[in-house]
Amino acid sequence: METLLNEVFVAKVEDLPEKIGKTTVVGELELAIFKLDNGRIHAIENRCPHKGGVLAEGMVSGEHVFCPMHDWKISVKDGKVQEPDEGCVQTFDVAIKNGEVYVLLPDK
Amino acid sequence: MAKQKLVLIGNGMAGIRAVEEVIKLSPEKFEITVFGSEPYPNYNRIELSKVLQGDTKIDDITLNNWQWYEENNILLYPGETVTVIDKDRQRIFTDKDRQVDFDKLIIATGSVPFMLPLPGADKEGVTAFRDIKDCEKMMECAKEYKKAVVIGGGLLGLEAARGLLNLGMEVDVVHIADYLMERQLDKTAGKMLQRELEEQGMNFLLEKQSAEITGKDRVEGLKFKDGEEIEADLVVMAVGIRPNISLAKESGIPVNRGIIVNDHLETQIPNIFAVGECAEHREMVYGLVSPLYQQGKEMALKICELEGEGYEGSVLSTQLKVSGVDVFSTGKINEEEGTKTIKVFDDWKGIYKKVLIDDGKITGAVLFGDTKDGNRLLSLINKGAAIEEYTDTDGADEVGADLVAGMPDEEIICGCNGVTKGAIVESINRQGLSTVEEVKGCTNASRSCGGCKSLVSELLEHTLGDEFNQNIKESICACTTLSKEEVVEEIKAKGLTHTKEVMNVLGWNSEEGCSKCKPALNYYLGMLNPKEYQDEKQSRFVNERLHANIQKDGTYSVVPRMYGGVTNSNDLRKIADVADKYEVKLIKVTGGQRLDLLGVEKEDLPHIWSELDMPSGSAYSKGLRTVKTCVGADFCRFGTQDSIGLGVRLEKKFEGLNTPHKVKMSVSACPRNCAEGSVKDIGVVGLDGEFEIYVGGNGGTHMRKAELLCKVKTEEEVIDTSAAFLQYYREDATYLERTSAWVERVGFDKIKSVLSDKKKFMDLNHRMNEALSVLKDPWKEALEDQNILKDLYQNVKVPSDSY
Repeated sequence: METLLNEVFVAKVEDLPEKIGKTTVVGELELAIFKLDNGRIHAIENRCPHKGGVLAEGMVSGEHVFCPMHDWKISVKDGKVQEPDEGCVQTFDVAIKNGEVYVLLPDK
Repeated sequence: MAKQKLVLIGNGMAGIRAVEEVIKLSPEKFEITVFGSEPYPNYNRIELSKVLQGDTKIDDITLNNWQWYEENNILLYPGETVTVIDKDRQRIFTDKDRQVDFDKLIIATGSVPFMLPLPGADKEGVTAFRDIKDCEKMMECAKEYKKAVVIGGGLLGLEAARGLLNLGMEVDVVHIADYLMERQLDKTAGKMLQRELEEQGMNFLLEKQSAEITGKDRVEGLKFKDGEEIEADLVVMAVGIRPNISLAKESGIPVNRGIIVNDHLETQIPNIFAVGECAEHREMVYGLVSPLYQQGKEMALKICELEGEGYEGSVLSTQLKVSGVDVFSTGKINEEEGTKTIKVFDDWKGIYKKVLIDDGKITGAVLFGDTKDGNRLLSLINKGAAIEEYTDTDGADEVGADLVAGMPDEEIICGCNGVTKGAIVESINRQGLSTVEEVKGCTNASRSCGGCKSLVSELLEHTLGDEFNQNIKESICACTTLSKEEVVEEIKAKGLTHTKEVMNVLGWNSEEGCSKCKPALNYYLGMLNPKEYQDEKQSRFVNERLHANIQKDGTYSVVPRMYGGVTNSNDLRKIADVADKYEVKLIKVTGGQRLDLLGVEKEDLPHIWSELDMPSGSAYSKGLRTVKTCVGADFCRFGTQDSIGLGVRLEKKFEGLNTPHKVKMSVSACPRNCAEGSVKDIGVVGLDGEFEIYVGGNGGTHMRKAELLCKVKTEEEVIDTSAAFLQYYREDATYLERTSAWVERVGFDKIKSVLSDKKKFMDLNHRMNEALSVLKDPWKEALEDQNILKDLYQNVKVPSDSY
């Protein structure tokens, strides 16, 4: 079965701070959106799989964010928790059109 | 080929470890089914005492979570007990009427606590200390009752007793022998241990034999053979464990004290194995973790039909997991005729060492107070070393590397987590690790009791050779091999101006650093060049980026400044008003004499600051927190100085200052030291006509009493001396090093001599003033800058109807 995806506008590229996460609330969902040093933008679930820390407030290094609660290191690209801890967070595809950032979310 | 059926009875550490080994050797060979009586996945039983002692939560001691069973296609039946083994038809039956056939069966039923058959032992409030359920029972009981009695002064009993003390109970430990832990310690060490534990608040009744547990439904007391009786609301029996062999015995598998196994852990019935505490090998039954792991390995080889050398028994070592007490013993404990010993006994420092020698070889050791030689002694015993190997070298440090060099790769370094030398060396080489911390992070070695830290460090030294010494000299983090001193020198020499430049120029091995080096570099750059440096918000930990303390639920706390702990009705009214308006969840008086508003949403922070119109209290910062003061000469009948006035002056001078770690100060007006200057980074004590300045105190994780730096006559001198001390700390300490650790590392005399040099004193003051000159109140700064408000404090909200 195919899942329908919706493109949801969240912000202009220029309005996102660099190397600092942005908490983004879409209905019930809470995302952490990151604009990295390389210009790429990634969106992940704003909840560390360890104890639910808010990842948007974590320190960003390269393509990883460090959870502000207990310093778990998580890839913002594929959502994988880095060793020695384990787990993953949900990632969401991002599209950029005319300087605007859209997140692809599954249909409600 | 169809998979063989492997069934494991007992979902504990020994059995699961063996299954892990099997999966490692032959991932596709078996269809694995596990039965466990407890309703939990495999957890670290040896850490139960930490749970009871309150250091750890039950969740944190899980070794294999549910997901692990799923990922490895293991069918787990938790809370289900195997009742019968039909050894001829190779089939088991459970208490839930399940039947499962097996090709290979592992029995790992562990031990059951030995319960003394005393009259009244079935009363409510009598428990063993073996599993999570027992732990929960004790924790529950401590909420309502006061008086606990632990029967058994061995390892388990003492760990239970320590836990019950932590839970706020009064604890009597009853022991049948004339000193504690008589199976692991000699009398001297046992008595030293007793004295230490008495100081921690335990009460001991030695050479006492229990006769009866009294009370109605619930226990009320314990009666001894000699007729004496004591009160008890809780009785914990920790007199020992015995192998849990009833299932094997009833099923016709030969047993003695344990289930009899050979060097490959095979029972006398084909295709049935036993491992761990329930197994008896060469007439030995082991109740500690590391032998179980060695057994599991050998057994796995046999099950997978691979060649192994066979298990040959283990030399045991014991460590007591009670905070503040270092005890270690291994091998033989008491001298026999012909045994020679080396003894060191320092009653003053509380250190005792005894090494036993038979026929020129080390056969045992007992250590109290200083246990760092423990692992080395264990290893020397294991390889049958001559005593000269121990005595010919002065310290463990020099020979450590030789010791680990001689170990085989399969030797287990970390008994708690079963990590071998080979696994650690491989991680060091493959992942480029250079510190014990990193090894811990990647392999779990030394993550539990920490007893093997010295061995891990020696392995690092052995594996890395000369590189190690450079690396271990506290490289900032895993991203670089440079130390803080080297980085600071390079920043100065090359005129580096921002963190990314430092990382690029100095050859960091990661592009953008990590959560350790980013804030450290940001601090060093700002410290070196306060006037020019642009603080990097993205290199700050969330609290210092948002100027508020993040809480576990993602809300924040707000602590406005109250200089010297002094407030007024106007400020209190404002605080009350914002607390109401923003529905603050909790208002708490802090230890630093001010008020903490907890449970604030991030987006409300700027509004609250604006309405409070008070400066930030920096309660989140690596910087000056508060200056705690006593009431002082204006009101107190003992006060000799205006402690409040001086405290306010100090706080106004240093507020907002960045330091390597937090800094707490205090001013008291007499030697009673009501503002608790002995545990402050700087504690000023006013006397008649002069002030004493104490530094390097700490009341937190590493308790340290402050030392007297100097006595001065005037408030100005107090301020200048504080400034010079703090600036020296800012320049010399490593990021995240408290003054207490720094003073110890650098040496108090060194600090005294630097500060007594007039020229240096003036220069330090000058540089401090420069650093202070650029500080702004961060709350005000945020409120005045629309970009900061938007980038840091505002969330993006997409209404749900727009998608």
